[in-house]
Amino acid sequence: MEKVMTGNSAVAYGVKLARAQVIPAYPITPQTTIVEHLAQMCATGELRARFINVESEYSAMAACIGAAVAGVRTFTATSSHGLAFMHELLHWASGARLPIVMANVNRALAVPWSLLAEHTDSLSQRDTGWLQIYCEDNQEVLDSILQAYYIAERVRLPCMVNLEGFYLSYISEPVHIPEQEQVDAFLPAHCPAYELDPDRPAAFFGATFEPTMLYRFRRDTHQGLEKALRVAREADEDFHRAFGRRYGLLEGYRLVDAQLVLVATGTSVSTARTAVDRLRDRGAKVGLLKLRLFRPLPADDIRSALRGVPKVAILDRSISLGAGGILCQELKSVLYRADGQCPAVFGLLAGLGGIDVTPDLICEIAERALRSEYPTEEPIWIEVNR
Amino acid sequence: MRTMPAFDRDDFSIPRDEYLYSGHSGCPGCGATLTMRHVLKAMGPRTVVVVCASCWTGIAGYFPTSSLKVPSVHCAFASAAATASGLKAALEMRGDDISVLAWAGDGGTLDIGLQGLSAAAERNDDILYICYDNEAYMNTGIQRSSATPLGAWTTTTPLGQDRPNKNIMDIMVAHGVPYAATVTIGFPSDLMRKVSKAKGIRGTRFIHALSPCPTGWRFAPHLTVKIARLAVESKAFPLYEVEQGEYIITHMPRDRSLKEYLELQGRFKDLTDDEVQGIQDNLERAWQRLMAKSRIATYATP
Ligand code: SF4
Repeated sequence: MEKVMTGNSAVAYGVKLARAQVIPAYPITPQTTIVEHLAQMCATGELRARFINVESEYSAMAACIGAAVAGVRTFTATSSHGLAFMHELLHWASGARLPIVMANVNRALAVPWSLLAEHTDSLSQRDTGWLQIYCEDNQEVLDSILQAYYIAERVRLPCMVNLEGFYLSYISEPVHIPEQEQVDAFLPAHCPAYELDPDRPAAFFGATFEPTMLYRFRRDTHQGLEKALRVAREADEDFHRAFGRRYGLLEGYRLVDAQLVLVATGTSVSTARTAVDRLRDRGAKVGLLKLRLFRPLPADDIRSALRGVPKVAILDRSISLGAGGILCQELKSVLYRADGQCPAVFGLLAGLGGIDVTPDLICEIAERALRSEYPTEEPIWIEVNR
Repeated sequence: MRTMPAFDRDDFSIPRDEYLYSGHSGCPGCGATLTMRHVLKAMGPRTVVVVCASCWTGIAGYFPTSSLKVPSVHCAFASAAATASGLKAALEMRGDDISVLAWAGDGGTLDIGLQGLSAAAERNDDILYICYDNEAYMNTGIQRSSATPLGAWTTTTPLGQDRPNKNIMDIMVAHGVPYAATVTIGFPSDLMRKVSKAKGIRGTRFIHALSPCPTGWRFAPHLTVKIARLAVESKAFPLYEVEQGEYIITHMPRDRSLKEYLELQGRFKDLTDDEVQGIQDNLERAWQRLMAKSRIATYATP
């Protein structure tokens, strides 16, 4: 069935189709309509789940953790300050190897208060051990929720599905809603690796004073994330077989002969596609790389997609203050080669605080990068310098 | 008012079943450990304990060991109540009838975890929350919490705590929880009766367990039970329960002197007689307020 819906509704439909069983939730703009929608579904019995009206995002994640220990499918949604408030428990969820799925509606953090889209909220949680998927449109949002459970439960790690506030959360697009039976086949009931059972009592989590023990835990979790690369590919292939749609971990667009490749994530990708078409029409050899999976970072795929490309321009809707755009920092470390054969990397801050990244702006960025041999500043504050 | 006999008689038999192994890492004479031991005897095997950061993080055993014979779920400091709520919801979705016991210290309850606890109580989630109160942050090495009593030395109140402790029972009762009670290991049959009663009630049940801590209170480990009894008998820690808002005193203190209670503990050694008198006056006023709203039951001291 196809329906016109917002990104937030697409999340709710995904969660319903995934048959989440415990949903602790707390409101925050621009996420609120997700949990409203789910509360409604739970109240009417459309979704057989326990909805818990918690008093904070911190408790939302704590309750997800408690529920996930008992092996049920859990979900919560948040945004910016709420995600930051959860920070301690994000580490807990991954360390505990719990396959919690959460939607994060990207929004800038104060100060100053803002409700608009920025990826800094989630990208700055990159070291917490959560898988992170970034969505370009509302169909991808719904589909990514289903894939997120698939991956998370197989690698026993939590997964965050990110969609930009306003650009996706509140904008309606036609979205195909898969049939429940098809989803059940793609995503069978979750069988937790460890069952909480009073007949076989065990301690979950807890403490160690043994440094090598902790070291081994970290290594195992890291390897779980590495394994998630393969599992995410399998999820996408299975998904394609079942539903006829696929996204990849990343996606190259018009990369052939590209002298400059734009790298983007989220809704800027759609805009950048239009810009790349325009630039190609004008004869400029420009391509686009969409980054969909940010954690684990598909480093080899990125390197092979950008092999031989002389210039890369990264559109960052995020900033690590004092260092530059977060994607840019990540991409640079992936592209670094000891033999010096690295492309020139232009780190462009475009879209911070929800500024609209237009096709014109992207064309301008690309043309400027094509004219320059190498970047003379970093980061480039594109909207301020215009 | 009837006069009460002298001792807590064990008419309520204490099961021999043990759910706590020996060899745990609690200090000798640890009141918090004795409390858990007796609580679990009352709760029985179909119980999951949610343990937030506290001395009990260690007492429960370091990975890969466990000192508990029931499942335990460790959680972050401020998250005991919410973790327990989520866990209970999941067990209900599974169709499992398993009691969820949230277990937190006074820091995890009166300070950092109060918000989450308040929310769970307001929702009346079906959990039993037990605060084992050793009246300071003991696991980090004796720092003041809002449960630290007036006059007590801690490393962060080197001149003595200058505020009376927060009344967590009043706070929880104000949430309208179906059951709240105070217990202490000096009165094990009273403790077990209350835990058993709490176990049979649905909704958020709260138990405030005074757990003397030889390490932090500065007393010899063999005095734990004596000190727990003196706390009650001197009115420093009255034993009562609140069922659907009705206050019931379960043990009438035998008016032992507060000085006797305080003198056994190094943390009060710098108090002057005037200060002790001031504390005693405070406690007497609190006791009168409690009496004014309570009826007397006899089951702790038959
Ligand atoms: S410090 Fe106190 S509460 Fe902690 S284990 Fe030792 S005696 Fe028990």
